[in-house]
Amino acid sequence: MGLDFTIIPKYMDIILLGVAWTIGITVSAALLSFIGGILFAVIALYAPWIIRQPFRLVEGVFMGTPLLLQLFLIYFGLVQIGIDLPAFVAGIIGLGLHFAVYNSELIQTAILAVDKGQMEAARTLGLSRSQALRKVVIPQAIRDVIPPIGNNMIALLKDSALVSVIGVSELTLSAQRVIGKTYRPFEFYILAAALYYIINLGMEWVQRRIERRISVSR
Amino acid sequence: MSEPLHFVEIRHAQKSFGAVEVLKDISLNVERGQIVGIIGSSGSGKSTLLRAINDLDPLTGGEIWLDGVQVNKALPHRQYEKHINAMRQQVGMVFQHFNLFPHMTARENVTMAPKLLKGLSQSDADKLAEEQLDKVGMLERIDYYPSQLSGGQKQRVAIARALAMKPKMMLFDEATSALDPELVEEVNLVMKKLAEEHMTMIIVTHEMDFAASVCDRVLFMDKGIVVEEGPPEILFKNPSKERTREFLRKHIEGAK
Ligand SMILES: Nc1ncnc2c1ncn2[C@@H]1O[C@H](COP(=O)(O)OP(=O)(O)OP(=O)(O)O)[C@@H](O)[C@H]1O
Ligand SMILES: [Mg+2]
Repeated sequence: MGLDFTIIPKYMDIILLGVAWTIGITVSAALLSFIGGILFAVIALYAPWIIRQPFRLVEGVFMGTPLLLQLFLIYFGLVQIGIDLPAFVAGIIGLGLHFAVYNSELIQTAILAVDKGQMEAARTLGLSRSQALRKVVIPQAIRDVIPPIGNNMIALLKDSALVSVIGVSELTLSAQRVIGKTYRPFEFYILAAALYYIINLGMEWVQRRIERRISVSR
Repeated sequence: MSEPLHFVEIRHAQKSFGAVEVLKDISLNVERGQIVGIIGSSGSGKSTLLRAINDLDPLTGGEIWLDGVQVNKALPHRQYEKHINAMRQQVGMVFQHFNLFPHMTARENVTMAPKLLKGLSQSDADKLAEEQLDKVGMLERIDYYPSQLSGGQKQRVAIARALAMKPKMMLFDEATSALDPELVEEVNLVMKKLAEEHMTMIIVTHEMDFAASVCDRVLFMDKGIVVEEGPPEILFKNPSKERTREFLRKHIEGAK
């Protein structure tokens, strides 16, 4: 049988619901990974040794093992110790923490790269070290790290397809379900790819706007 | 040790970075309202001395007293942090490279610390920002970011930021050295204005004319010691030490 794209509109509602889930999960996980990334960076740099060292080990494990495995662990594994999360929550947490670790690496480097004079100027005004970090150093580090974090967030969007394996009906799983009914993998995988790409463009657009807004504050 | 008699007392200040002794037993008194200039060749320890006054570079020996309180007194870590933060609020510092906060407007640069540390309301903070930025002639740029200002304008905002904490004294570390020559005067004018208001100031500078015109007293430092000090008309015109004469000769020739 040949290709027939006219079949698409009939299943568009299922696909669009998948798009909504993909966007929802990506945005939630992105926020979690951003806030978590700041938090992790501060812990990795400034927590007492006894916390910092084990924490860095955990970060290393997060970066060095497959995200898919982490998702299985959070969704299927945690049930055994009585934590039964809805699949989409497990997906958001898994994606969010995984990318928080990557963001944390970026933010740590950026914090260390902020001119030493900034901390000094804040301290001479009478700010404590933690006040100076919070008001002066970290905001600048975050500003500097927006472009690479944006790249991470696009990777996050693509990896959000992985949560289909724990049964979240996001875009990839929705496409698979429609294919199960129609036996038209080419049309619907192409459609899903196109939709991912459009979401991707949207994210790049948001990123460019943010970058333009902060360019004056350098 | 004895109670201080002077507004600022530096007693036998000693500072080493590792094995390198950068300040060697420096003592200095400054009275309220006095303006003291520090000159000397590069690496002589001027910045280190200035930065020791608010403990940015803590001394390895000696004492610093400000208005009856010892700045670098021995306290347990947590108490020391509290104490030093309170002391630093009383000492304004201006850096060669401005160190303005680039992610904040001039207004925010000026108001951040007073809001955070003194709990100023937004409207009081705004009033304060207007007042301080007006004083340095930067009121019309109040909502500009540092990246939108010239070097001289940045430095004037940095001075306003320091003044907004209502410090008891101001420290200037080569406030005009990073500026294009045509921008030096606008910053010097602000400092002269502070001098007229009898702000206590310690000014590290390479500008001999400026030091001569505003300072009550000038110190010449070399290799971690104060070689000679005195009123500018004597130190510049009739120094008693050969090292001072040599420095001035070089420096004044170098400037030409
Ligand atoms: N953090 C530091 N670690 C090691 N050595 C330092 C440090 N800060 C300053 N020094 C050394 O201390 C000496 C005095 O430096 P300082 O900056 O006080 O000199 P300065 O008189 O201000 O010189 P300049 O006119 O160049 O600013 C120099 O030899 C410098 O290399
Ligand atoms: Mg210096």
